[in-house]
Amino acid sequence: MTKSYASGFQALKLVNLDINKGEIFALLGPNGAGKTTLINIICGIVTMSSGSVIADGHDIVRNYRAARSMIGLVPQELSTDAFETVWATVSFSRGLFGRAPNSNFIEGLLRDLSLLDKRNSRIMTLSGGMKRRVMIAKALSHEPQILFLDEPTAGVDVELRRDMWNLVRGLREKGVTIILTTHYIEEAEEMADRIGVINKGTLMLVEDKKELMKQLGKKQLTLHLQTPLTQIPGELAPFNLELKNGGADLVHTVESASSVDISAMLQRLSDLSIVIKDLQTHQSSLEDIFVKLVSERT
Amino acid sequence: MSNAAPARFNRHGVWAIYRFEMARALRTLVQSLVTPVITTSLYFVVFGAAIGSRLTTASGISYGAFIVPGLIMLALFTESLSNASFGIYFPKFTGTIYELLSAPVSYVEIVIAYVGAAASKSIGLGLIILATAALFVPIKILHPGWMIAFLVMTASTFSLFGFIIGIWAKGFEQLQFIPMLIITPLTFLGGAFYSIDMLPPAWRAFSLFNPIVYLISGFRWSFYGTADVSVAISLSMTIGFFAILLSLVAWIFKTGYRLKS
Repeated sequence: MTKSYASGFQALKLVNLDINKGEIFALLGPNGAGKTTLINIICGIVTMSSGSVIADGHDIVRNYRAARSMIGLVPQELSTDAFETVWATVSFSRGLFGRAPNSNFIEGLLRDLSLLDKRNSRIMTLSGGMKRRVMIAKALSHEPQILFLDEPTAGVDVELRRDMWNLVRGLREKGVTIILTTHYIEEAEEMADRIGVINKGTLMLVEDKKELMKQLGKKQLTLHLQTPLTQIPGELAPFNLELKNGGADLVHTVESASSVDISAMLQRLSDLSIVIKDLQTHQSSLEDIFVKLVSERT
Repeated sequence: MSNAAPARFNRHGVWAIYRFEMARALRTLVQSLVTPVITTSLYFVVFGAAIGSRLTTASGISYGAFIVPGLIMLALFTESLSNASFGIYFPKFTGTIYELLSAPVSYVEIVIAYVGAAASKSIGLGLIILATAALFVPIKILHPGWMIAFLVMTASTFSLFGFIIGIWAKGFEQLQFIPMLIITPLTFLGGAFYSIDMLPPAWRAFSLFNPIVYLISGFRWSFYGTADVSVAISLSMTIGFFAILLSLVAWIFKTGYRLKS
């Protein structure tokens, strides 16, 4: 699909994406990358300029009823009917999406989201975190099979974030396909099966999370030396080492493809009477990979 | 999670929107019902009792009774416009419109739900005003079936008009612009408080360009059997106006005008 606005701004430049049934797909990208536009097109909120979207075999334009019936959306903004009660607004959403009333289901949903005791509270009286739970309850009220979470944990506390992660995992176990956008890369790292990186309207890569980390991730071993070195001895040349911190640190970088015998390297250091005061290891996170990708390709 | 096939007509969706809109009216009962009833009673006090006693109408009906259909229409116009425009504008304003746009409801279903709810409220209000008026003046309804038909058609037409205004409006002031600056003056000049036969010929001819004249005239005919213009023309104008608005709303949904980017 593509999306251009009347102003000429190209929000999405030819995006091709397949999402597997039952997976958790994380879409990462900086602000204005096109994440929300992509989601809003699939959900019917924004009209695409060209292309097509198929949701479980249903074209989202031609067969929008079938497509939308199986999609739930938790938008980024906390947009709620302030004067409605929690029960009323969640029941409204269920009806809106064509489902017959089912108080047992709504009750169970509110219980799962720790909202049952707030069922008769007006939304305006709830905290931001509780409102976010209400948004999720509304999105799940019609029992969707595809769930879009557009930055679901933005601005929520750690406890709620953990609760949401558990909820998402629980939904995946029930077979729900989940697509989430997030700024918290630890969130994607924690939950996603696959990662997509989008920047300036272009989908830069789609990769299995583990594979992505294996390919692009790197490990670093930093050795803090007792006595700083002025240069790296020639005997250490095979070990991909560099001096940092004025010679006080010897840094060994393990690129994913390379394989270096660490014990041999340590033995060589010992042979050269280079005394190690302390050591530190660092493995690049998804965030490091993301930042590297975005900065390399822009 | 369920995988039921969606129905051809999303009756649960229509009912959900309708109930939501009706519940909103109940939450704001004072604004929705009590205020218009008080306003109407004041019209009776001012026009019916204070001024009306010194006026006679061409059709021989007491002035107080004569203005009842016009007052009901006045309330019907303003309330239909305000209910329907606010109903769709508010989700746009708060951002909850996302849910409506992403739901499996067709444009026809959305219009039925919003316009139906707004028209229901206006019709209820019209009937309450009628009951209130009956406390002040004796009222006869010669053609009750046509009275209900005009009531329903006018409420639906103006609710549809209000719905379009709600989509078009970018702010609260625009929401008020057409009702306050166009509809209310046209209603006052459209024979709500007088028969256009009472006007000089030039003004009478000019009044015939005011579409509100036809709506009020037809409605008044259903009460007293007398009309400023032919009932057939009144009926055609009402249906014609409704058809034009339906075409406009169809275009809005087709293009996503001020709903989708």
